[in-house]
Amino acid sequence: MEKNILSIENLDVTFRTNSGNIHAIRGIDLNLPRGKTVAIVGESGSGKSVTMKAVTGLLDDNSVINSGKIFYFQGGKKIDLLTLTKKELRKKINGQQISMVFQDPMTSLDPTMTIGAQITEGMFLHKKISKADAEKKAVELLKLVGINDAEKRMKNFPHQLSGGMRQRVVIAIALSCEPKVLICDEPTTALDVTIQAKILDLIKNIQEKMGLSVIYITHDLGVVAKVADFVNVMYAGKIIEVGTAEEIFYDPRHPYTWGLLSAMPDLETDDDRLYSIPGSPPNLLHEPVGDAFATRNKFAMKIDKKISPPMFRISETHFAATWLLHPDAPKVELPAELKKRIERR
Amino acid sequence: MNPLLKVKNLRQYFKISRNFTVKAVNGVSFEIFPGETYGLVGESGSGKTTIGRSIIRLYDPTGGEIIFNDKNISGNLDKKTNRMLRKNMQMIFQDPMSSLNPRKKIADIIGEGLDIYHSYKNLRERNEIIANILQKVGLSPAHAERYPHQFSGGQRQRVGIARALVMNPKLIIADECISALDVSIQAQVVNLMKDIQAETTCAYLFIAHDLSMVKYISDRIGVLHRGYLVETGLSKEIFSNPVHPYTKSLLSAVPIPNPAVEKQRKFLNYDSSNVDYEHCTMKKISETHFVLEN
Repeated sequence: MEKNILSIENLDVTFRTNSGNIHAIRGIDLNLPRGKTVAIVGESGSGKSVTMKAVTGLLDDNSVINSGKIFYFQGGKKIDLLTLTKKELRKKINGQQISMVFQDPMTSLDPTMTIGAQITEGMFLHKKISKADAEKKAVELLKLVGINDAEKRMKNFPHQLSGGMRQRVVIAIALSCEPKVLICDEPTTALDVTIQAKILDLIKNIQEKMGLSVIYITHDLGVVAKVADFVNVMYAGKIIEVGTAEEIFYDPRHPYTWGLLSAMPDLETDDDRLYSIPGSPPNLLHEPVGDAFATRNKFAMKIDKKISPPMFRISETHFAATWLLHPDAPKVELPAELKKRIERR
Repeated sequence: MNPLLKVKNLRQYFKISRNFTVKAVNGVSFEIFPGETYGLVGESGSGKTTIGRSIIRLYDPTGGEIIFNDKNISGNLDKKTNRMLRKNMQMIFQDPMSSLNPRKKIADIIGEGLDIYHSYKNLRERNEIIANILQKVGLSPAHAERYPHQFSGGQRQRVGIARALVMNPKLIIADECISALDVSIQAQVVNLMKDIQAETTCAYLFIAHDLSMVKYISDRIGVLHRGYLVETGLSKEIFSNPVHPYTKSLLSAVPIPNPAVEKQRKFLNYDSSNVDYEHCTMKKISETHFVLEN
């Protein structure tokens, strides 16, 4: 069997807007190994959600997919999701094979439908199942995601539940047709830290039970450390560093990853100053020339302003797109503070 | 030293219907000294925002006393006290997108308070004050003629900070002012707030649910749960020696960017359904550290 269950090759997406074309995804490759968790990290506007919307066919109408392939491996078959029509995607893939948990549970649930109806809706669409069986299954799902008196809750409306409970319901809906891949788009950003911890544990348990492969989209490196096996760091529509969680956290190579890691507050130091990456992310309305991060990068060299760096290989799993890894580049040490932080662990 | 703000036994109830009242804040007491930062943390619904809004008198407190600048500001406000309060206490809001009027230029958003208080002699002086404050928050004076939509999120929050700072307030209430920003921008704003405090010695009431950021900015921290202050102390004490089970649970939920530690860590659940905080009293742990206990 194939090692990966989902693999994206050279995806490139543009949005047409009134103010011009926005080149949101500028050629990315991404692999999701079977049964593993992959995280995509980046700031808002870096293109992490757009990538996943391309996978599920939920891109807005003003988007143009310039190039790329998204392969989904089902049994022995290799399906390019981008060649399927929206109808085929909805019938065969979405929900049944690939399913999604959205950021804000208040807006992703229908306020006029009961919880039970929303969970069973997908089952009726994808499977031949009787109403009684579907409801029985829905109750089981609610129990699986940790909701007490599930039978009673089936008749509740979303507004009768708290934020954490709503997100559990959204997860139950996503799992209703036994998907193989679960995409979580900032599943805990709208929630409190305590509830976030519970939801992350829940997703992890379910992943083990059902053998899911999970993609996490997040901007919180703390969450990444908790859940991810592999990490992709995105910046301005490109993946600039990819590796296992250990490689990214203990041996980061890209200056942007250094910046992100240093900007995370650390509970263990007494330092009272935070490192911050100067400036703000580029506007993709104007296509950046060279390395998009160059203007915020104090290690930037002349070549960064002219040619965008390719991916340099560091190990079997670890790649980074920065000219600093070129054999001719000057040796640059990790920033002292980050080095101390990593050594302390 | 006299505290700048003294909140004594503050209660804030909201009457929903004849038989139902939401008790958002139940007898919270704390003090803020000039030039220090007091962090308020808690989950959503714990009443932290309500406390901030009661103090700046967006609500009328149901009970308790608020002493600000040696004046009682909890009851009806006379004109003089009201002017003093509005000038010396300012607020930074959570969402920089919705807290700036989209139809006003930055200069007019920042200058509104100046206009009301006639804080300048002529237009040139007004422009100067605004240019200075923009520079202080890391924007350029040329930005004064722009509109909010021409800025990024981080820049807009800087405008929000400039608007609060322009009146030279003694206390700034920052209500979740960084939670709508990106990680790399959050650090910029927190550092900016610290620099400004070092320069102007204003005090902050920093309201947030993100404990790790609160640790960076606060001198002292108060932990709220269901409208009660369950633990308060120096920032160091709360983080190195949490006593209340809720504080411990909150700390265990903060994700640490370190996979080896994070994957092993267990989240401590705190079940509070059987706890009746109403009959608890504050117990002293150290000179500055107090915990709500039976």
